[in-house]
Amino acid sequence: MVKVSTPVRWLLRLVALGYVFLLVAWPVALIVQHTFANGFATLSETLSDPHVQHALLLTAQVAFWAVLINTVFGVTISLLLVRYRFPGKKVLSALIDVPLSVSPVVVGLSLLLVYNGRTGWFGPTLEAHGLQVIFNSPAMIMATCFVALPLVIREVVPVLTEIGDDQEQAARSLGANARQTLWRITLPSIKWAVIYGVVLSLARSVGEFGAVKIVSGNFTGQTQTATLMVEAQYQNFEHDQAYATSFILAAVSVICIVVVSLLRPKEQHS
Amino acid sequence: MSQGATLAAARPALRRRAGSRTNLTSGSSLGLGIAVTWFSLLVLIPLAALVATAAGGGWDEYIKTLTNEQTLAALKLTVGQSFVVTAINVVIGTTIAWVLVRDQFFGKRILDVIIDIPFALPTIVAGLVLLTLYGKGSPLGLEWANTELSVPLALAFVTLPFVVRTVQPVLEELDADVEEAAASLGAGRVTIFRRLILPSLAPAIAAGAALSFARAIAEYGSLVLLSGNLPFHTEVVSVRVLSFIEGGNTAAAASVATVMLAVALIVIVALDLVQGWVARRG
Repeated sequence: MVKVSTPVRWLLRLVALGYVFLLVAWPVALIVQHTFANGFATLSETLSDPHVQHALLLTAQVAFWAVLINTVFGVTISLLLVRYRFPGKKVLSALIDVPLSVSPVVVGLSLLLVYNGRTGWFGPTLEAHGLQVIFNSPAMIMATCFVALPLVIREVVPVLTEIGDDQEQAARSLGANARQTLWRITLPSIKWAVIYGVVLSLARSVGEFGAVKIVSGNFTGQTQTATLMVEAQYQNFEHDQAYATSFILAAVSVICIVVVSLLRPKEQHS
Repeated sequence: MSQGATLAAARPALRRRAGSRTNLTSGSSLGLGIAVTWFSLLVLIPLAALVATAAGGGWDEYIKTLTNEQTLAALKLTVGQSFVVTAINVVIGTTIAWVLVRDQFFGKRILDVIIDIPFALPTIVAGLVLLTLYGKGSPLGLEWANTELSVPLALAFVTLPFVVRTVQPVLEELDADVEEAAASLGAGRVTIFRRLILPSLAPAIAAGAALSFARAIAEYGSLVLLSGNLPFHTEVVSVRVLSFIEGGNTAAAASVATVMLAVALIVIVALDLVQGWVARRG
């Protein structure tokens, strides 16, 4: 490898570190500093607010269901895309990536147009049968599912492609049925890919803001998630509470990425 | 019993595999059916509804909505700032990737983890985080909140990882022998960078730039608190869509949203072309 001269190397290092420090590291550190400026007082005071408790609980519930649905859907689609042939496979494979680059605002609006109870395509029919989607948890779960949809698939598909189906064919020729092959051979071999996908989906689901804001109605104490709470707190000049709630959300997401970055190399060695 | 039945069922299935267009079993067909139904209800039908709503008012209404002075200003601001931020990312992102791969220093692993923070951080938190350093009472004296600079600032934050993460693996795979051969044949450092390293990185940089541009166009959450959403100054297109929704004008919201959707689809197609180009070059 060709070495660059020492001054150039220092210059590049300085540019990279300086940029990341000013843009990410320092601001994130300031949030932590603001949250703990009075010790744990701000944090515990914020956490004792019933509205904040409700918002955090709601975020946890929505994220749980969205991650569960996306994991089951993601593993199913990945298996179908890698192991089976069917008409329209290429199109489906291309469409799966669409949610990743669609704006959360567009996601929220699209769901609103189909599922709102007055003028939506399906909304009035569903509401006549007692299922309110928009301004209720189903829409919030759907919006979260939409934005995090490809994350599990993008982790699982490369692994499934790489391991091939030799072991599965061996199991089948030794008399294992489809279910046994799936549970004993296929799923254990993609375990880590699924775990990465779940962790990344969790971080994305906990943090969803724009799409949920549109479909939830943002009613305090009812459909207000933690990210919506942060906006409301900041706009009501409850800056300390906004920092504390943000800190909790940031902690969850940063723990998620640290977990993934710690797990990844370990898996490569084994 | 079940084993014998499965084997008997499996044999014709295996034989069929050679010619037929599908090798779905009854169980996997059911799975495909459920998955495609869910995907349609969640993604395809809602996006179709968006396009239908935008088209519902007719072409004249569509053009009128998009050429509204305030909407046009928001579109120009978003596209312009997205290009600026993408250009910054191409330069800085490649530099960071180079530092992460080729340089050795204490704390490099921490830098590597920090790069991922903008991916993971909730967007509303990203906005709040930037307010602590660039808002009122900034420790640096840079009060950029609610000014024109707030838009590129937020966009640069949320798009930071894209170019870094696409360029980094390609740089790691780059063959050092070729560079040494070039150097031993008398090529200078600048020549090696321009003729050897840059062409190999170009597809990855292009892919990262496309992702970063798409993300910048789509961004909403980080701008809500930071930019102040001042029409003609800091109002981006996603904020414009939201104010149409809040005003009950879903047709106008859908019209503007189709432009954002089109950009997203163009980027996906462009990425596919870049990947095809890389595959052809081997």
